[in-house]
Amino acid sequence: MLLIPCPYCAMERPEIEFRHAGHAHVARDVGGDDQAWAEVLYLRDNPKGAVAERWRHVSGCGRYFNCVRDTVSDRILATYKVGEPMPGLAALMAQAPK
Amino acid sequence: MSGAMRTSGGGRIDRARPLRFSFDGRSFQGFEGDTLASALIAAGVHLVGRSFKYHRPRGFLSAGAEEPNALVTIARGPGRITPNLRATQVKLVDGLVATSQNRWPSLKIDVGAASGLMAPMFASGFYYKTFMGPSWFGPNVPWKKVYEPAIRRAAGLGDPPVDADPDAYAQYFEHCDVLVVGAGPAGLSAALAASSGEARVVLCDEQAEMGGSLLAETGASIDGLSAAQWLSRALATLGGRSNVRLMPRTQAFGYYAQNFLGLNQCVTDFDASPDPDTPRERLWQVRAKEVVLAGGAIERPLVFPDNDRPGIMLADAGRTFLNRYGAKIGRMIAVATAHDDAYRAAIDLKAAGADIAVIADLRAVADGPLPQAARAAGIKVRVGVRIAGTRGTLRVSALGLARGPDVEWVSCDAVLMSGGWTPSVHLYSQSRGKVFYDEALGMFLPGASVQRERSAGACKGTFALGEALNEGALAGAEAAQSSGFPVVPPASALVTGALDASGGTLGDSSGDGADHARAFVDFQNDVCAKDVRLAVQEGMRSIEHVKRYTTTGMATDQGKTSNMNALAIAANALQAPLPQVGLTTFRLPYTPVTFGAFAGAARGALFDPVRRTAIHDWAAQSGAAFEDVGLWKRARYFPGDGEDMHAATKRECLATRLGVGLFDASTLGKIEVVGPDAGAFLDRLYTNPLAKLEIGRCRYGLMLNEAGFIMDDGVIARIAPDRFHVTTTTGGAARVLHHMEDYLQTEFTDLKVWLTSTSEQWAVIAAQGPRARDLISPFVEGVDLSNAALPHMSVREGRICGVPMRLMRVSFTGELGYEINIAPRHARALWEVLWEAGHAHHAVAYGTEAMHVMRAEKGYIIVGQETDGTVTPDDAGLAWAIGKSKPDFVGKRSLIRPDMVASNRKQLVGLATLDPRTALEEGAQIVASPAPQKGDHAIGHVTSSYESPALGRSIAMALIEGGRARIGQLVHIATAAGAIPATVRDTTFFDKPGARLHG
Repeated sequence: MLLIPCPYCAMERPEIEFRHAGHAHVARDVGGDDQAWAEVLYLRDNPKGAVAERWRHVSGCGRYFNCVRDTVSDRILATYKVGEPMPGLAALMAQAPK
Repeated sequence: MSGAMRTSGGGRIDRARPLRFSFDGRSFQGFEGDTLASALIAAGVHLVGRSFKYHRPRGFLSAGAEEPNALVTIARGPGRITPNLRATQVKLVDGLVATSQNRWPSLKIDVGAASGLMAPMFASGFYYKTFMGPSWFGPNVPWKKVYEPAIRRAAGLGDPPVDADPDAYAQYFEHCDVLVVGAGPAGLSAALAASSGEARVVLCDEQAEMGGSLLAETGASIDGLSAAQWLSRALATLGGRSNVRLMPRTQAFGYYAQNFLGLNQCVTDFDASPDPDTPRERLWQVRAKEVVLAGGAIERPLVFPDNDRPGIMLADAGRTFLNRYGAKIGRMIAVATAHDDAYRAAIDLKAAGADIAVIADLRAVADGPLPQAARAAGIKVRVGVRIAGTRGTLRVSALGLARGPDVEWVSCDAVLMSGGWTPSVHLYSQSRGKVFYDEALGMFLPGASVQRERSAGACKGTFALGEALNEGALAGAEAAQSSGFPVVPPASALVTGALDASGGTLGDSSGDGADHARAFVDFQNDVCAKDVRLAVQEGMRSIEHVKRYTTTGMATDQGKTSNMNALAIAANALQAPLPQVGLTTFRLPYTPVTFGAFAGAARGALFDPVRRTAIHDWAAQSGAAFEDVGLWKRARYFPGDGEDMHAATKRECLATRLGVGLFDASTLGKIEVVGPDAGAFLDRLYTNPLAKLEIGRCRYGLMLNEAGFIMDDGVIARIAPDRFHVTTTTGGAARVLHHMEDYLQTEFTDLKVWLTSTSEQWAVIAAQGPRARDLISPFVEGVDLSNAALPHMSVREGRICGVPMRLMRVSFTGELGYEINIAPRHARALWEVLWEAGHAHHAVAYGTEAMHVMRAEKGYIIVGQETDGTVTPDDAGLAWAIGKSKPDFVGKRSLIRPDMVASNRKQLVGLATLDPRTALEEGAQIVASPAPQKGDHAIGHVTSSYESPALGRSIAMALIEGGRARIGQLVHIATAAGAIPATVRDTTFFDKPGARLHG
């Protein structure tokens, strides 16, 4: 079971308190192109490595936040509040403690 | 029968405490401290099982968790039957009842052994080869009729228990600074060092007694103490420290992310008469800041022909049975080895009075301190020997030694073998660490740490006792310091009398590479060296493929004794370096864990929470039949005398439409949406225009997901300018709140809105039917119920029977209807008041089945029944619910995608079967032609189907391609009995003008 640091509660809590909510930072301003909009709806990268996701501390403070997770090791590399910019994923992977 | 092979003294058993037990119905006696295995060996019993495929007689291979052969079923009374336990791990308790497995009629005469005849059927890849019968049999016929039944009879483990498990299982959480896994020399000294400061330390070990190899160590002394004395001092020291938790009988079976480990602690299986209030096992979920892995190593069998007869076992197991349990494995013992450690066993057994027929060493030279000591003790040692095979029927009787073409048969009643050691890197590997191959040692060893752990002792390839003790101490000290606690620097242990050992071999030891009949690699799955070679010959290149093709390493022991030998044989056959062929993944659990431990208390009534409404007990007392809706129990119908569901539902529907029906609608989801921007928020979340909804009015609300598909619906009532009472479907309440919160927190952050789940705060009693107003009006205060003052789709706050209520005039039946929302604590009382008063109005209580029928008669959808996540508002005939002038709402953008406006989308329509008595089956596929041709596709499916009491005929709704354009046309519903014709029509079957609704 993962420990996930909730950026609002400012503490690590066990995974069962959280609910995954899909990819983060999905840009929706694609104009009127139907194909582009379909890709917003249905196409996601499935990277090996860092991925920015949305999680909700549903059985805690109830807040949605963003999280960078390494899909290989399941390590949580960063969590941050809604509205804060996405950190550089490559740098996070490089800095990750062993 | 007691111990003919028992030593007169020594070992860690208590000869003053005899224990009786039975094995296959025969009575035996053992002692406190025995395992089932050691007690049987002391009684001279080696034949304890039949092998998985070939039913070969088998004995004990090991003395521990790695045991592949000696699997037994333990019965501890009704329901307390556990199959497939390793006899080497079953602690003997008084009255233990054990039986062997996979044999008929008995261990000694097993008919299945004739399946030696079936052996060709079980060759490598037999799953993929044998069952491709001639095609004139028809597809799958050979498999289903011939092979599968034969194989199921022949191959097997123990039988699963039939009765429900009466035991309780507990689950615990533990947070510690240092977790030490394994209480052998390295683990003990790690725990001693780690706990010398204030770090909280947990030390776990799978065995009943801690000590690991120290428990069988008779020669060495540590710091001037015997191994046993040092062990008891170490355990006393640890036991006296308040910061230490000692957990014997506890298997660390899994290493998960972020230093989270699963431990399973056996409790009652170790007691003859356990406290009935004690759980059988405890599952510990441990989060450790730092971990020390000290799981030791597993001795490797030698692979030679017929190396599986009872009486043939690993050398260190023979030493353990002798030194720890006082059980001699035989009187005349032959030793086959490629490692010095087997000499240690031979020396100890000779000292205990057994004869050592020969030590046959595969190596050309064996002159380390142990071989020298063996020779000095008068044991005959022969080097450069090839093992030609063994003889014996139910027990080994001779070991064949070959040099060149000649074979010399050495008589014996037991054989010890050693191919060297395999470090237990299982947990390290589970922690996602990468092992590396040490050429010099011929072992895979832990590489860099990925998590906060380090290995020490034999699991890291450090075998000498003194080195293991010191490595453990350093690891423990480092772990405690890394977790933030200083330690007392550990002193170096002084070990004397422990002779160093070296050696080892990997793979087939037969020496000539010939395809010997039965040189076993994997004992539990009956995989021989030739099977591995055949897999390579047939094109398998990766060890992962070899594993699956041959099933080596796939048994419940996960190849603990076999994987390295299989790998070496495959590498040899491939003529590739061993690391290049790869190592199979170490999967958890390390040893099997009971379902009970994982389930814990979550079984029976505690499996899932149950939600009951405030009116539940009234319904139950009234004989209601309930159905599960999510976690809720909902009254489905209220059967009268002799009524089935059909009859009861029909009566409930008719009485509601004639007079009035009462319905418990408390399970509806409710969300209170409050704030100055509440209207604007709901405008964006629902398709309907809601911002301008008048106070005191209700509106049907349709919620879409971002992709434009219907996700929920409900009624939205405006209580005040800044306050809405929103209802959701019963099953959708949590999902809708989650969805609303998502948009509120992340997209519409400009809106001032507060969301509160009020599902549990409001009980809801629906009164529906032409006499609903007459029924409730005597009890209502402060609300004008007249049609003019409270028309359909209105809401008022007032009182009923003196308690506050929110009264909505809404209908899911098509009748004049009210939904009374009140505090749950008053709901039962109000229900009973209305029920009593209802007698004058011929009122009925109706359940969810009647509710479903009546809503279908009106063509009202149920989200999740008429919709399936691919249905748009227009598909469902609900385009009217879209606020055309709204600038945006969730899902709006998606509704204009080309796919979403295609003319052949499936649309919701009504179906009327030509024969009004025929009711369709929900989910049935619909075709355009009564006799569809190959390649024709289904044009839709039936979503709802009932017999309508109001219409006196069957009704149905369906999603059909271009359905609305087909109105009036005939379609056909495919069933096993043939196609049923039905006419496509609109969905409103009853009271199309809606006069009753507004009555």
